[in-house]
Amino acid sequence: MSDNGDAILRHPNRERVVHWAVAIVFVFLFLSGLALFHPVFFWFAFLFGGGQFMRFIHPIAGVLLVLLFYPYAAQVWKDNRWLPADRAWVQHMFAYMKKAYHPQDTDKYNAGQKLMFWSMVPLIAILALTGIAMWQPWFAPAFPPALRRGAGLVHAIASFIMFVGIGIHVYAAYWTKGSIQAMVRGTVTRTWARFHHPAWYREVTGKDP
Amino acid sequence: MALQSLDIKDRSATTFQGPSARSTLEVAKLIDVSRCIGCKACQAACMEWNDLRDRVGVNEGFYTNPPDLSDQSWTLMRFYEENIAGSLQWLILKDGCLHCTDPGCLRACPAPGAVVQYVNGIVDFQEENCIGCGYCISGCPFNIPRLRKDDSKVYKCTLCSDRVSVGLEPACIKSCPTQALSFGSKENMLDLAAHRLEDLHERGFAGAAVYDPRGVKGTHVVYVLPHGDKPELYGLPASPRVGPFLALWRSGFARAVGVFTMFSVLVAGILHYMRHGPLEVPEEKEAKEARP
Repeated sequence: MSDNGDAILRHPNRERVVHWAVAIVFVFLFLSGLALFHPVFFWFAFLFGGGQFMRFIHPIAGVLLVLLFYPYAAQVWKDNRWLPADRAWVQHMFAYMKKAYHPQDTDKYNAGQKLMFWSMVPLIAILALTGIAMWQPWFAPAFPPALRRGAGLVHAIASFIMFVGIGIHVYAAYWTKGSIQAMVRGTVTRTWARFHHPAWYREVTGKDP
Repeated sequence: MALQSLDIKDRSATTFQGPSARSTLEVAKLIDVSRCIGCKACQAACMEWNDLRDRVGVNEGFYTNPPDLSDQSWTLMRFYEENIAGSLQWLILKDGCLHCTDPGCLRACPAPGAVVQYVNGIVDFQEENCIGCGYCISGCPFNIPRLRKDDSKVYKCTLCSDRVSVGLEPACIKSCPTQALSFGSKENMLDLAAHRLEDLHERGFAGAAVYDPRGVKGTHVVYVLPHGDKPELYGLPASPRVGPFLALWRSGFARAVGVFTMFSVLVAGILHYMRHGPLEVPEEKEAKEARP
């Protein structure tokens, strides 16, 4: 890592705290959800105080995720607006994964990160709404059984898509050296910003890369 | 209980099959609605044997009392006034779990061993394993299980599995003064039902039928319904079945595909890293490599 004079702030304190809070809640929700999804994973229940307590706490954690994620999304959505440059990135996605494509007009987030963001926005809403329809003993009785069965199916499919999305997100962060550091300490080096997000680098430094 | 555990044919949320060496007689309760006088002795007997006491309610203007099944009322006489072919018919149905051969509750349940099915056909809830998610309630085609809010456990008729396991008949059977209720092997009960059906047809109940719905592969509570061509009149679904949503949601295959795909994401990450290595800033990579 380079010295501090070289650092550019990428994620302010509040953003990072919320990001990691969301991450912890997600891991909790995912493991407890997986325990309910397939008996092979039911032993995860014992990490969360047994099946009954896990069942009780899972929807409450879901509410927490909604409360953490949407205000966060409201802060960062502007940086995730879909731009013409993003189409080219998507077309060259596989080349990018092989390090054979590296565009010079990437903004604060690249198209992959934006897709991740925009898939989470509806997915978390779907999970929350279908979750409420299944939430015993308080809300589920208000919904007809057929709708609850449908909600269970949609909830499972949505969380499956979410896991795949988050899985890619975690791997991409590990693969792109410097990005985990950026989300932990908040800063990136000038060379990192210039290389990965040239358009954003121009914007924050006023310099051409 | 030790030997009873050998008689468990199916168990919720369990990856392996249970012991299957022993086989016992498949049992059934026959409810001949045409003989029922609505005395509610079966309801009282159920409370007595199972030590249940529902809250004292209020008169809501009809005979059904309490108004619905609950964690304290595992069987309930339901009364319906219907206009059938121009005459008023007072229909009475002893409602409660039908003990399906293909139980939606068992399929839906995510808690290992919270719902079990015995070789004799009885479907039983094991409350100590219940986590209170209520999936069994939405999985049941007959709307039978009831969640108790105080303890977040689900309750329903056990077909007196404790009595049956020691060779006794269920408490409700014992109390019935008109032989509307019978208990025995499923085969015998179906024979008896066929006789009763003959009588009913002779008496002019052309639509009389036996209710042992195939959509759930038959039940271990079988009804003889005088107006069996229209089971909805008694509050029973015409063609109950587990349904496509539940079948897909709890399908072993679909869930295995889901879990496999999720593992594949992890494996794909490892393989990608092995093949392509990390994405690094060229200058930083060079600087790192130049370091001794």
